[in-house]
Amino acid sequence: MNLRSSVDIISEWDIVAARQLGRNEAKDVGFGTVDQARITTAISELARNIYLYAEKGNIEIKQISEGNLKGLLVIASDKGPGIADVRKAMEDGYTTSGGLGAGLPGVKRLMDDFKIETVVDEGTVITATKWMR
Amino acid sequence: MISRIPILKLRDCLIVSIQWELDDQTALAFQEDLLAKLHTTAARGVVLDLTPIDFIDSFIAKVLGDVISMSGLMGAKVVITGIQPAVAITLIELGIRLENVVTALDLENGLEKLERELED
Repeated sequence: MNLRSSVDIISEWDIVAARQLGRNEAKDVGFGTVDQARITTAISELARNIYLYAEKGNIEIKQISEGNLKGLLVIASDKGPGIADVRKAMEDGYTTSGGLGAGLPGVKRLMDDFKIETVVDEGTVITATKWMR
Repeated sequence: MISRIPILKLRDCLIVSIQWELDDQTALAFQEDLLAKLHTTAARGVVLDLTPIDFIDSFIAKVLGDVISMSGLMGAKVVITGIQPAVAITLIELGIRLENVVTALDLENGLEKLERELED
């Protein structure tokens, strides 16, 4: 099973579209209300980061499975400025936007697996997975 | 595409029930509308009911936190009611602490709490 869907993030309204898509996919997989809220919130934060820092990018959502485990994979990618200091970006409270987003550590806590690949001046790809327990 | 959130007046309080998912512009418009309404009605308290809301991200949390501080500057107390379990869990996991915010389980408790706060 490999169902995927995606939203291009160009304007503020696309943040809403991305999280609605995420919530629908999470419901479709069978996640409970708390996990639906976690996934929706995580996608909202990732989409907002793209909008704030890279101006445009893409959120891709895939239903995945591994053995009996079902899950949802979120890929947030952009060709923005990249993250110069990933360690710092993963610290609670660190912001370069004046505190508009809760930042990446929050997203990491909401999801189960979390990975950042970033190159300065080339872009960032963040993959985050939530597994159904 | 901006939707306006209705703000009702009851005695010296304003009552707001947020019925649908807030996008950024609606949230910002609400911030201004509420402060304008406080100004014109001279209300002393606000109950903000979030019962139908099933998620709050950091931006919406910031707008809500700001509107509470701004209302405080205008001499009004705000009580937030109806935060769902899923919303409480995700806000804390996200790292957002709405500190110094008065909350209550539902609208009824919220109004009682607000009336008590206003008596003090």
